[in-house]
Amino acid sequence: MATVQGKDKELLAAESEVEARQTSMIADIWHRLKKHRLAMAGLVIIIVLILTAVFASVIAPYSYRDQNLDNALLSPSRDHLFGTDQFGRDLFSRIIYGSRISIAVAFLPVIVSVGIGVLLGAISGYFGGWRDLLIMRLADIMFAFPSLLFAIAIIFAIGRGILSLFIALALVDWAGDARLIRGQVLSIRSKEYIEAARAIGMSDRRIIMRHILPNCLAPIIVTVSMSIPGVILTEAALSFIGLGVQPPTPSWGAILNDGQRFIGNAPWMAFFPGAAIFLTVLAYNFLGDGLRDAMDPFLKN
Amino acid sequence: MRNYVIRRLLLLILVLWGVTLVTFVLMHVVPGDPAKVLLGKLSGNEALVTKLQHQLGLDKPLVVQYFEFVKGVLRGNLGNSYKFKASVMSLILERMPATIKLTFGALIIGLLVGLSSGIISAVRRYSIWDTFSMIFAFIGVSMPVFWLAMLLQLLFAVKLGWFHVSGFEGLRDLVLPSVTLGLIYSASIARMTRSSILEVIRMDYVRTARAKGAPERIVIFRHVFRNALIPVVTLIGMQFGGLLTGAALTETVFQIPGVGKLLINSTLDLDYPMIQGGVIFVAIIFVLINLFVDILYAYLDPTIRYD
Repeated sequence: MATVQGKDKELLAAESEVEARQTSMIADIWHRLKKHRLAMAGLVIIIVLILTAVFASVIAPYSYRDQNLDNALLSPSRDHLFGTDQFGRDLFSRIIYGSRISIAVAFLPVIVSVGIGVLLGAISGYFGGWRDLLIMRLADIMFAFPSLLFAIAIIFAIGRGILSLFIALALVDWAGDARLIRGQVLSIRSKEYIEAARAIGMSDRRIIMRHILPNCLAPIIVTVSMSIPGVILTEAALSFIGLGVQPPTPSWGAILNDGQRFIGNAPWMAFFPGAAIFLTVLAYNFLGDGLRDAMDPFLKN
Repeated sequence: MRNYVIRRLLLLILVLWGVTLVTFVLMHVVPGDPAKVLLGKLSGNEALVTKLQHQLGLDKPLVVQYFEFVKGVLRGNLGNSYKFKASVMSLILERMPATIKLTFGALIIGLLVGLSSGIISAVRRYSIWDTFSMIFAFIGVSMPVFWLAMLLQLLFAVKLGWFHVSGFEGLRDLVLPSVTLGLIYSASIARMTRSSILEVIRMDYVRTARAKGAPERIVIFRHVFRNALIPVVTLIGMQFGGLLTGAALTETVFQIPGVGKLLINSTLDLDYPMIQGGVIFVAIIFVLINLFVDILYAYLDPTIRYD
């Protein structure tokens, strides 16, 4: 009994050491990330975007939904920085409010999607056997559908709306993440500390949560940062074809849909929302690239 | 190698079966009865609804419907479109040529621009070309394809009048769409080419080639490219799904009567046999192309073992 307790203490010590290592890892990554100019530029844009989304009602000079047909299709001016749309709504205000959808899409579906990927990947890699076979074949089937196509099918099946949009985006991309995490888990699983944890009778769940996943942190963060641009572009595409966010809620992709119809007489309706999508995705790509470089030493074990 | 191909073919059968199952399940949780959707205002008439349900086979148990559906798919019969009252397969095949031309044009432009820009930036690393090519790649992977389509349309069709704003009459109308899709596609190829070349250039056999006095041109073309382009080949396969969806969005902006535009319109028309058939069709094409690329990869890279 005494020895078991002794081992538990050692284990606790080891665990707090893991935690200490993690904080130093994050500090280390931040230190290197700070020197990456593009990543910092991306981070600044993203922070501005988040602030815009939070304070949209303060920043936007007009309502995003009040129509005024007398002001329809006005070109950009002092009163309407980005011009107005076919209903006379101020485009600048609609784009400001549109940042809310953009931010929500960048985080909620991505977290769920990566969560599914990490969970299935960890189960697959850790247990192997029939679970591995089942999950990986399921991933193979998922890979057969181009993501936009699968998202279209899901939205078609469960109906349009913001919730369906999020569900579709969350279900589309987990397969790649699952494969990646599975590979990581496979290599970690054969390490001695896992064998040690098993030898003292730790449960599988605890081993996965305490030892395997913390050691997958670097690839998980990189996966999240690399998933975001794709998800934003998929949302924009879905809203653009009319399957995403429904009017009058402003989403940049949906505004572009209107912009396409008026491209001849109101080109600003096509220009500004597209520029907003582009800048946002560019910012996430810059940050993601910097993160990948900064985490390089942690990815290569 | 032969075993690998056989295993991949077995996996193909499983994946194709999975594709039919997933699609079928998705399409049969559609809220609302397709028969009622079809009848529109007449959906209050119970007798009519029952009759139509019977005609469409919707009154049979789901399992029976599924087997009939798979039997149809195996024979190349994907059902009939509600909207066009014609077979889904013939509707898709009718629109294939436009999509194939667009994808092919984009592929050529994407490879030309992507490979050359990736090669230049790797060989002249840290030069102005490298910076330029990296910026170009960042822009390309961040830009929504339909936005670039609109910008090019605005500049070259609306303002300059060099091309038709939309529509599809001749090959000339494919220039802007192919350039749009090709430029977006080239960005990821450029990035992959660059990093792949930089990895190979450090290899011992490249140093050996240089040490024995081979001219730089020979070293680059014979030793570096051959090996560096292998991962690029896989990327081309992996990106094919993106190319297909990109084509659908480009078709929508330029009003090209292709498969992608057909599918997108069908989602708005609630034409569910069309969606079901279209999703299966595209998924099958995608799986076959990936299989082809993987086998090509195995053939190109003899150092990879597949057992």
